[in-house]
Parts: sequence; structure tokens; C-alpha cells
Amino acid sequence: MSDRPAPTTARIGTVFRDEYGRAVAVLTRYFGDIDVAEEAIQDAFAEAVRRWPESGLPPSPAGWIITTARNRAIDRLRREASRDERHAQAALLHARDEPAEEGPVRDDRLRLIFTCCHPALARPTQVALTLRLLGGLTTLEIARAFFVSESTMAQRIVRAKGKIRAARIPYRIPREADLPDRLASVLAVIYLIFNEGYQASSGDRLVELMPDEPEVKGLLALMLLTESRRDARTDPAGDLVLLSDQDRSRWDRDLIAEGQAIVRECLRRNRPGPYQVQAAINAVHSDAPTAAATDWRQILALYDQLMAIAPSPVVALNRAVAVAEVDGPEVALTAMNGLDLDGYHVFHAVRADLLKRLGRNADAVQAYDRAMTLTENAAEREFFRGRRDALN
Amino acid sequence: MTRYLLSMYQPDGPAPEPDILDPIMRDINAVERQMKDAGVWVFSGGLHDPSTATVVRANGDDVLITDGPYVESKEHLGGFTIIEAPDLDVALEWGSKLAQAVRLLPIEVRPFQDEP
Repeated sequence: MSDRPAPTTARIGTVFRDEYGRAVAVLTRYFGDIDVAEEAIQDAFAEAVRRWPESGLPPSPAGWIITTARNRAIDRLRREASRDERHAQAALLHARDEPAEEGPVRDDRLRLIFTCCHPALARPTQVALTLRLLGGLTTLEIARAFFVSESTMAQRIVRAKGKIRAARIPYRIPREADLPDRLASVLAVIYLIFNEGYQASSGDRLVELMPDEPEVKGLLALMLLTESRRDARTDPAGDLVLLSDQDRSRWDRDLIAEGQAIVRECLRRNRPGPYQVQAAINAVHSDAPTAAATDWRQILALYDQLMAIAPSPVVALNRAVAVAEVDGPEVALTAMNGLDLDGYHVFHAVRADLLKRLGRNADAVQAYDRAMTLTENAAEREFFRGRRDALN
Repeated sequence: MTRYLLSMYQPDGPAPEPDILDPIMRDINAVERQMKDAGVWVFSGGLHDPSTATVVRANGDDVLITDGPYVESKEHLGGFTIIEAPDLDVALEWGSKLAQAVRLLPIEVRPFQDEP
């Protein structure tokens, strides 16, 4: 009988969630195959659920899982290889040539992120695979987040893993020359995951894995500063509150301080990129004690910089909002001309606001109507409705 | 090593004029030479127009021969290259070089199944 406390099933579930990504990453390197790794880890956790309540939690649960999974997998692969299964033979061969130790785990997880976010996979697939393999989310949880059935999501993940194996999407950190492009894809996936609220900790993880990449830091700062306003973003009734109308005393000062410190560090390094500039824009907003005190000139200058390094219609739209504050709504409306965003609800909401400020209420009502038709978010629709009705 | 098929799909219709086509062919040949020098090249070839195709179909003991092509569409397989590469990143690098040589047309990169 062990003197260590017996873990509950819930505690084992937490270990599963926390350690799954690490275990998949290590064992994928070892066997060269994600399916073999996942199956082995499922086996090991099943064993943990049987053993740990009696034996207590081992000193290193992750180490125990990885060792147990590896031994189980080798046993199983040997049985299958002796029946002449080529897949099992290949995995065993791969394992024979790999060092057995569990480190460096850091690099293994990083490799796996780059595999999951490979540009040969479609963006939604990249997100789903990252959540599954590194986040330890179940297929059902991911399916719910994507509003698809569990079988649809299971199929999508199986197909993606099939492509990784058949087309040999490599399991490694890209070489220096390809890193900027490949990292951009990883950052986009993490930002999507964060924005959809699936998992806020993924940015922290990546900084831990790639401490020297300024854009990784920039993304973390952007996420911290966005997160700092979470409580102020909705009112007690659950309705949306615009940045200019938010109760700034409800902003999280600790998150702001942390985010701003990272932005300053990025400025010192002077290797700007899109996420760093967006974080800097958010840092300027967080600096203003009131909406009226916002330094819009600086924000406009940052948007100019963003347009220079990562131009897009959506960036141009956000820039127009800053133009309205610096040069007035008329100039901003002109700046919005020719933006190919007719299907984007925010475009019409911004236009409505500018038209209202110019006293063109009838045009503003039309623009709000268009925004309401286009948005898929009920809270946003109510918000636009309120704005529109205030004009009539 | 895995073998990859790099296929080039092109729109139906007449080929471009020589002043456009010639430099493209020159660049494609140059990429092919690079592939041979790097030891990744397995096979490559351009195909005649789909109107030259014939379809053969087994029908019990008989064989049915019809005027082709088998699939009618706005685009057709114009030519292909087979290379051997250690992973998809390397295959995509060669695919990118070929796409840059071909200029106007996409290159599809697809792995072969392992030899049995």
C-alpha cells in the first residue's frame, strides 16, 4: 500500500488533459506515427485509471504515462509485425533508431505544432488537429466548438492524420528560411483558438517553446491585452459594449501591465511584425484613462505601419476608424471607399456609425440593417438593432 | 523515400503562342535538369491533347474501345513529373520550382502508395 494519496478519476482526467500533448509529441517522435502514439497513450491512461486509485499518483505522472505507453506500444507492434503488418514493422524500425529518453520534450511539442499547422492542411483542420493532439480535447469537444457532429469531426481528423502519414508531412521544426511563413500559420491557429475562447493558455505554451521569436511574444501580448477587457466587453444583461463605452475600471490591470511590458520588450528588439503592431495598438488603448483621452494619432501611425507590413481590407477598415478620430468621419468614409468588404458586417456597422456622425441618419439606418442581416452572432444583431432604433 | 506525382492541369483549348510558350518550356527543362542533378527525378512527360485519347473498357470477355477522353472537363492533365523525396516539404519545394517555371498553371503534388 502506497502512502501517496489516491487520485480521483477527475484528477486523472486533469493529468490526461495536461499531459496528453506532451506524451503524443514524445511518442510521435519515437514511433514516427501519430496513430500509434495516440493509441498507446489511450492504453496507458486506461491502465492509469485501473492502477492509480490503489497505487497512488506516481511521482511523475507524465513520465509514467510515456514509459507505459511506449512499452505497451512495442508489445503490440511486435505482435502485429510478426503477422507481417508493414505499418507495425515500420513503426518498430523507426523506434529502434530513436533515442529512448523522454527529452527534449520542449522540441517534441514544437515539432508537433508545426506538423498540425502544416500549410498542406486546411486551416480548420489545423485548428482541430492542434486542439486534439496538443490540447488533449476530445473529438466530441472539438466537434461542439465547430458546430459539427462528432462523426464529421472524427472523419476530418482521421483524414488529416491519413494525409500526414501518406504524404509524409514531416515532424520537425522548419529550417530558418521557411520559419517566418510556417510560424505565421502556427500563430494564426493559436490566435483562432484563443479568439474562439477554446483555450487561452496556448499562447503561454508557445512562448515557453519559442522564447526568442518576437512575433510569438507579440501574439501573447495581444492575447493578454484582449483578455484584460473581457469583463468590460458585455454589460450585466450580456449585451455587447463598445471599447469607447466600456467601464475602464473593469479592465484587468495585471493583465494590462503584463501585456504592456511585453510590448515594450518587443519595441526594444525592433523586429516588428503584424501581431506585435496589433498588440501595440491595444497597448495604446489600455493606456487611456478615458475613451476621449485615447492617443488616436499614435494608433493611426501604428495602423499605417500595419498596412505597410501586412495589408488587408480588414486592417484598412480598422485604420479608417482611427482616421475618423483624427481627421473626421468624412475623410474616414472616403478612406473606406473601394474596400472589398461588402459581405462583412463590421464594415457596414462602421459605415453606419460614420454616417450617423455626419447626420445622414437614413443612410445610417440602411447600413445597420445590412450589418444585422450579415452577422451570425445574436448579441451583435441586438446591438446593431439598438443603434438603429435610436436613430429612428 | 516516397514517390510523388507532380501533375499539371491546363485549360482546354489551343496552346499559347511560341513567344509565350518557348521561355516556359526552357524553364521547365531547366527545373527537370536540376531534379536529375539532385537525384530526385524519376520520370516526366508532356501529354498530347485529350482529343487524342482512347478509352478501353472490359465488357465481360469483350473489350470496348471508344473515342476518349474518359473524363470531360474544362481542364485536363497536360503533363506530369514523378519525383522521389524524403518528405512532403522536399516534394513541395520541387513542386514550387516547377510551378514557377510553368507560371500560369497550378501543380498538384500527390504521394504514391508504397510499393507492395
